Amino acid sequence: MKVAILQFPGTNCEYDTQHAFETLGAETEIVWHKSSALPEDTDLLVVAGGFSYGDYLRSGAIAKFSPVMKAVSAYAHKGGKVLGICNGFQVLTEVGLLPGALKRNDGLHFISKHHHLKVANNTNVFLKKLNKDAVVNIPIAHHDGNYFIDDAGLQALEENEQILLRYTDADGKIQNPNGSVDAIAGVCNKEKNVFGLMPHPERAMEALLGSDDGVAMLKGFLES
Amino acid sequence: MTAIVNISLKQGVLDSQGKAVHHALDSLHFSNVTDVRVGKQIVLQLDTEDKTQAMADVTKMCEEILANTVIEDYKIELL
Repeated sequence: MKVAILQFPGTNCEYDTQHAFETLGAETEIVWHKSSALPEDTDLLVVAGGFSYGDYLRSGAIAKFSPVMKAVSAYAHKGGKVLGICNGFQVLTEVGLLPGALKRNDGLHFISKHHHLKVANNTNVFLKKLNKDAVVNIPIAHHDGNYFIDDAGLQALEENEQILLRYTDADGKIQNPNGSVDAIAGVCNKEKNVFGLMPHPERAMEALLGSDDGVAMLKGFLES
Repeated sequence: MTAIVNISLKQGVLDSQGKAVHHALDSLHFSNVTDVRVGKQIVLQLDTEDKTQAMADVTKMCEEILANTVIEDYKIELL
């Protein structure tokens, strides 16, 4: 199992992501944004979190034009598995590999804390190890995590089981920290090979550090 | 030629910053403000005097990078 992790100027979660996947037994490689190709044996491509290009213009907007993104789009269109975490989610929406967009949080504040999430759909490789409606506790850390999609888009997401996670309290009752449409914390594409979420599963790998609920999520990719 | 691009959130997309500014204006007793929208302005200097070409170029720039048309509208003004 080979996990390739993208690194743009301003990415800051690539080493956490690398540590998380290596702990689970995967081989990893960090791929600089100027590369024109991905490692040939890539089984999963992760667009890691951070602040690519300083979030200039819009979060994720400039990263779209990095040389490596052509290879990323080609990989995704061939059915390769892609996971975008936080800024990676923003990049994937900007590129058009995922529907919707991420706006400034409704409260205008940067939010950094653990937050509960409920599994909306598990009919995909990412969340298949979790039960539908299971509640997990995963850190969030973002300024622009307010997911927006229009009504028709939302309906399509629901019909195709593309909504991955919703923000809730510990009991699984909707609790929306940032104003996201339908309290959505993560979505996938229709083909279910491209995934994006604002929360950071790679930061929830040790119970000692607050939660290890990220293990079951990331493990989904390793046991396919 | 100068192109001024004004980008704002679409009608129907909640503008949290506009709302916060509206609240601030309210608390300063500017009570006749009915709505506030906050956007951004990008000013481009173009090496052309051909308005049709400039408009086509800047429209393409807006569609490809300057605006995210999922949530934003843009208006182009050429001077």
